[in-house]
Amino acid sequence: MNELKEKILRAIAKDSNIEADELAIRLGCSKDELTTAIAELEADKVICGYPTLIDWDKVSDEKVTALIELKVTPQRGQGFDKIAERIYKFDEVESVYLMSGGFDLTVIIRGKSMREVSRFVFEKLAPMESIQSTATHFVLKKYKDQGIIMQFDSDDERIQMSY
Amino acid sequence: MRNPLNNTITGIKPSGIRKFFDIVSEMKDAISLGVGEPDFETPWHIREEGIYSLEKGKTHYTSNAGIKELRQEICNYLRRRFRLDYDAMKEVLITIGGSEAIDVALRVMLEPGDEVLLPQPSYVSYEPCVVMAGGKPVVIKLKGEDDFKLTAQEILDACTEKTKILILPFPNNPTGSVMSRDELAKIVDVIIEKDLFVLSDEIYAELTYGEKHTSIAEFPGMKERTIVINGFSKSYAMTGWRLGYAVGPEVIIKQMIKLHQFSIMCAPSTSQFAAVEALKNGDADVEMMAEAYDQRRRFLIHELRRMGLPTFEARGAFYVFPCIKGTGMTSEEFATRLLQEEKVAVVPGTAFGDSGEGYLRISYAYSIEKIKVALERIERFVKKYQV
Repeated sequence: MNELKEKILRAIAKDSNIEADELAIRLGCSKDELTTAIAELEADKVICGYPTLIDWDKVSDEKVTALIELKVTPQRGQGFDKIAERIYKFDEVESVYLMSGGFDLTVIIRGKSMREVSRFVFEKLAPMESIQSTATHFVLKKYKDQGIIMQFDSDDERIQMSY
Repeated sequence: MRNPLNNTITGIKPSGIRKFFDIVSEMKDAISLGVGEPDFETPWHIREEGIYSLEKGKTHYTSNAGIKELRQEICNYLRRRFRLDYDAMKEVLITIGGSEAIDVALRVMLEPGDEVLLPQPSYVSYEPCVVMAGGKPVVIKLKGEDDFKLTAQEILDACTEKTKILILPFPNNPTGSVMSRDELAKIVDVIIEKDLFVLSDEIYAELTYGEKHTSIAEFPGMKERTIVINGFSKSYAMTGWRLGYAVGPEVIIKQMIKLHQFSIMCAPSTSQFAAVEALKNGDADVEMMAEAYDQRRRFLIHELRRMGLPTFEARGAFYVFPCIKGTGMTSEEFATRLLQEEKVAVVPGTAFGDSGEGYLRISYAYSIEKIKVALERIERFVKKYQV
């Protein structure tokens, strides 16, 4: 990948809301070069979307996030992909990762309540044929997510004028 | 009663930003673009190493020149980044920031009456340090039309038989100007011909945008007549740790260590241990910060030019130096009124020497969001007064 594309990705990974005109100036390229590069990155699915990082805890006290470890029997000819697909198609599922180590899949779920998440695990995940076991861990507090610390910025503590 | 004070010291001018500092500290919703230190905090792995050294009880004096491991890492770093080759045992002194290194170097080298060539605009400490060391500062007024770079002719014109040292302040605070390899090559001959020593303040060496920094000590014949000053404040965002260093010929460094031993003893041990971590594992941090500065720099220069303030392409440090002569105001007047009317603090170019008249130092050690708000106010102000 070329240097410009990497710089674009680093910049919009931090702030996808940034205007194209401004970003082009900051990166020292033309606006055309920028929009072409972004279009290519989108087409190649390097850029997969532009979600916003929200601290839902500040919106409602009820919603919960759970991290579920799954042990899975891989299926002949399809490995883990088929079972992963069955799981990631549920809207409640935020992320699915195939893991090395003591278990196979990490599933991250957001639900309206602990009960809703539990029901999803008992009713949907656990009964699936190739799933051997589940271990559900509820997230108590998010300190940092996707590189962003979930608290108010600290003030600029520098002395205001210096050489 | 007798005069309790030393006349040389009382004769030194007080700081040129004191007035602005007092106003801006009292003012609500003021935005300051007047800071000369990074907005980043020291990268966590470096801070963590400092904490760890405290936990291990590393709370004692270190050797006067600094811990051996740090001196060795500095030499490795200078070799890796700048093609400079120094002996960690004889040619390195760890100091309390680059500023102590400047002070000590001048004091061990100058005889009363020796002249020191001092290109301005430049960092405010050089002149008082020269005076306190008994030397005589001879100012070279760098010109806006040269993008504030130093030329061989300017050195020649300023030289007398008493000239001993040239202070070389690049990448430059306040102008952001850098001297490229080719431009340095053009002044080397004059320096050698006139038998000058060079105090090369390279504290901003990691913050260049475009061509990588070249140290004048890399040129043949220059290492033996150059003291290179560098440190951790700007490149690793470690201003409060107060840690810098000087490298140079053994005969000079040896005397600097002696002076440092009697006045300072040693640089803070916690800072030294943290700095080892910075040099070993901090290259990526430096690169990340430099990229962020570079983006702000391009944006700031673009916007200042758009609003009609001629601004040369500053390729170093974290300052731009726009020309405000078109408003008919002096630097001091512009900065004072900008603060009073739009609540934006910048530093008048004249704080860095008379040749800064007609210019402002604007720092981009701020988030782009803050810079944008400040720029809106500056634009409103400029529109009001542009002739």
